[in-house]
Amino acid sequence: MKRLLKGGRVVDPANGIDGARDVLIDGDRIARIGVDLPVDGATVVEIPDGLVICPGLIDMHVHLREPGQEHKETIASGTASAVAGGFTAVACMPNTNPVNDDANVTAYILAKAREANLARVYPIGAVSRSSKGELLADIGDLRKAGCVAITDDGHPVATAILLRRALEYAGMFDMPVIEHCEDPSLKGDGVAHEGYYAATLGLRGMPGACEALGVERGVLLSELTGSAFHVAHMSARASLRAVRKGKEAGFRVTCEVAPHHFTLTDEALATPLAYDTNTKMNPPLREAEDRDAMLAGIADGTVDAIATDHAPHHYDEKKVEFDRAPFGIVGLETAVSLSFDRLVHAGRVRLSRLVELMSLNPARILKVDGGTLSEGAPADITILAPDLKVRVEAAKLRSRSKNTPFDGWELRGGVAATIVGGRPLFVNPDTRISF
Amino acid sequence: MTTVHDVEQKPAVTSLRSKDLLGIAEMLPEEITLVLDTADAMKEIATRPIKKVPALRGKTVVNLFFEPSTRTRTSFEIAEKRLSADTLNIAIATSSVVKGETLADTAMNLEAMRPDMIVIRHSSSGACHLLSRICRSAIINAGDGMHEHPTQALLDAFTIREHKKRLKGLKVAIVGDLLHSRVLRSNIHLLTKMGADVWVCGPPTLMPTEIRRFGVTPTSHVEDAVAGADVIMMLRIQLERMEGAYFPSLREYFSVFGMTEARVKLANPDVMIMHPGPMNRGVEIASEVADGPYSVILEQVANGVAVRMAVLYLLAGGADYEEAA
Repeated sequence: MKRLLKGGRVVDPANGIDGARDVLIDGDRIARIGVDLPVDGATVVEIPDGLVICPGLIDMHVHLREPGQEHKETIASGTASAVAGGFTAVACMPNTNPVNDDANVTAYILAKAREANLARVYPIGAVSRSSKGELLADIGDLRKAGCVAITDDGHPVATAILLRRALEYAGMFDMPVIEHCEDPSLKGDGVAHEGYYAATLGLRGMPGACEALGVERGVLLSELTGSAFHVAHMSARASLRAVRKGKEAGFRVTCEVAPHHFTLTDEALATPLAYDTNTKMNPPLREAEDRDAMLAGIADGTVDAIATDHAPHHYDEKKVEFDRAPFGIVGLETAVSLSFDRLVHAGRVRLSRLVELMSLNPARILKVDGGTLSEGAPADITILAPDLKVRVEAAKLRSRSKNTPFDGWELRGGVAATIVGGRPLFVNPDTRISF
Repeated sequence: MTTVHDVEQKPAVTSLRSKDLLGIAEMLPEEITLVLDTADAMKEIATRPIKKVPALRGKTVVNLFFEPSTRTRTSFEIAEKRLSADTLNIAIATSSVVKGETLADTAMNLEAMRPDMIVIRHSSSGACHLLSRICRSAIINAGDGMHEHPTQALLDAFTIREHKKRLKGLKVAIVGDLLHSRVLRSNIHLLTKMGADVWVCGPPTLMPTEIRRFGVTPTSHVEDAVAGADVIMMLRIQLERMEGAYFPSLREYFSVFGMTEARVKLANPDVMIMHPGPMNRGVEIASEVADGPYSVILEQVANGVAVRMAVLYLLAGGADYEEAA
C-alpha cells in the first residue's frame, strides 16, 4: 500500500533537506520525497503543523536482556519500548546469558526480533568468548549471523593485546569495536563518580580518569591498527579530550553520549532523593564540568551519536542498598524528550544535528541501513513533535523495567509516530496525527 | 570567660524536626544543642542508685546490627534500658556472597511487628535511608558504611562541651583515615555547624575528594594540624588499608602521623585527646598518649550512653510524649 505523509517539515541531513516536503511510502520503502507530491491513489496522512519527519532514530547501545534475564526485559518488551521512544532500530549488547559470542545466540536474538516484529534489532557480538577477555569469539561467524559490531560491554576488553587483536581481526570485516572504556584497577569497587557528592555520601568513587585511560588505550590502538574504535557511553571530559585529539589526528575514532550524562550530574546522588539507586550507572553521573563537556562535544561535533545505554533492571534488584544495586537505567523512552529539552530547545544544537546524532551517525558507524530518507531506502521514519509537553511517568513505560531517574520530569519535545518498514508501530495519542 | 551554656548553646527548639536521625548533615545547630542539653539531664540518671526512668516505657526499640559492634550496640542497649524501653537485639551477619533476605524485606518484616524505633548499623552507606523510606518507625543511624555515625559525633561534641564549655571557635584536629570514616563525616558536619575551626589530617591517599567543600582545612602535615589545637580526634587506621596501597606500612604510618607525646606538645596545654575506638595502640596513637592525662577516651564512652538516651527520648516525642502519657 501507498501512504503519503503530507505537510510536514522533513529533516534529512544526509540529503541536505530541512524544509516542507511530502514523503511517499510505497510498501516498506520510501518512494519519493518532494514538495507537494500528487496523491496518486495513496492514503494521505496529514502531518499537523510543527511536526518533523526524520529518518528513523537508531539507538546503538541498548541491553535487551534476552536470552537469560527476561525478568528485566525481553526483545519484545525492549523493542516496544524502542518504538514508543521513536527508535526504529536498536543495537543490542552481547552481555546476555549466554553471552552473544556464538552465531546460535545471534540467530536466537534475530528470531525473537522477527517474532516481535517491532523495531529492527542489530545484534552486537562479543569480542571474547563469554566476554571473559581470554580468547577471541568467532567474530567471522558472528558477522555472518548478523552481528554489526563487537564489544565486551559491561567490562573493558581485558588486555591491550586482546583489544589490538580484536581491532585487527574485526577490521577485516569492517566492523567497529565498541569499548566500555575503564581501567579496572582505578575503578576498584567504585559505585559513583569520585567527587564531592560521593565523598559526602560515603560512596566509593571512580574518577573520570578511570574512563579516560580506557579511551586513550583505544585511540592509541586504533592508530596502531587503523581499525574503527567506538567509545561507548562517554562521560568524562578527559575522555572527550582524548577522542578529539584522536579525530584531529585522523584516527578512526567515534563516540556516543547517553542522555543521562548530558542531563544529570552527580548531585542527583544526593538530591532530591539521597542514595536513589536509579542514579547509579556505569559510567557514573559525573560532575558539572564533565556534563558541560559532553554538551560542548555534542554541540561542536566531537560527539558522533546519542545512545541510551538502556539498561533495564527489575525493581527488586534496585530496591537495595546503593552499593549493592546493579548499574544502569532505562533510556529508550526518555531519550528524545531529554535531547529536545536539553539540546535543541536549550539552543545547543539544531534539529538537523540532533537527527545526525540519533539516526545518521549511528547508521554510519554500524554500517546499517537507515539514517536517511533517500528514495528507495527502507521506510523507517520517526515523526517528532518538538513542542509536545511530555511528562515522564515511570509506571507507564513500555519497558518491562521502570528504573529511571526521570520519573515525574516535565520536558518539551517528544515523539509523534514511529514507522518501521512502512508500518506505523507507534502513534502518540497526545499528538493530532492519525494513520 | 564563658558560662556553662553560652549563647550558641541555648536551644531555640524543643523537638527534632525529623522522625529519624540519619545524619548530622540534616540537623540544625539548634537541634544539635537540644540533643546536647537533653544529654546533660540524662547524664545525671547514671549517678543515681536506680539508673532507670520511665520515659520510654511501652516503647519497643529494635537494635538491628549488620556489622559487628561492641561499644555502640552496648551503649544503645544500656541507654534504651535506662529509659525503660523494651529492647530487642538482632545481629545479622552479612556477606555479599551469601544471598539472604534483602534489607527491604527485613525492614518490612520488622515493621509489621510495629516497633517504635529501629537502631541500625550497616556496612552500606545509605542503608538507614532505605529503611527510613520503608518504615514508619523512627530510624536511628548507628553507623552506615562510610557515610555517617551521628551519635558518635554528638557524644564527641558533648564531651568537648563538658570540658571546654563551648564548641565555637575551638581548633579541632581530626587525624587518621579520613576517606573511610563515617565518624569523620559526622564530626565535620557537627563541628562546622557549631562554629569550630576544623582541621583534618591524613595521607593524601586517604583524603576524601573535595574535602575543602566540607568547610575544613585539610593538611598532610600532622604538626600543622595539631599546632594550637584545643581538641585532637584520632581516627582508627584499619590494618587492611596497607593492601590497598594507601600507605606503605603501619610503622611508617606511625612515624608520619602517629600521635606521640612530642606532637601533643604542639597543641594547646589543655588539649583533649579523643578516639572513637577501637584503638590501634602504636599505629595511630601512642599508648602514652591514649593513657595520658589529656585523654578523654573513656569519658567519651560514658557520655555515649547519655547522648543516646537523649536521642531516643527526643525521637520518641520528648516532652510532648511524656505529657501525652
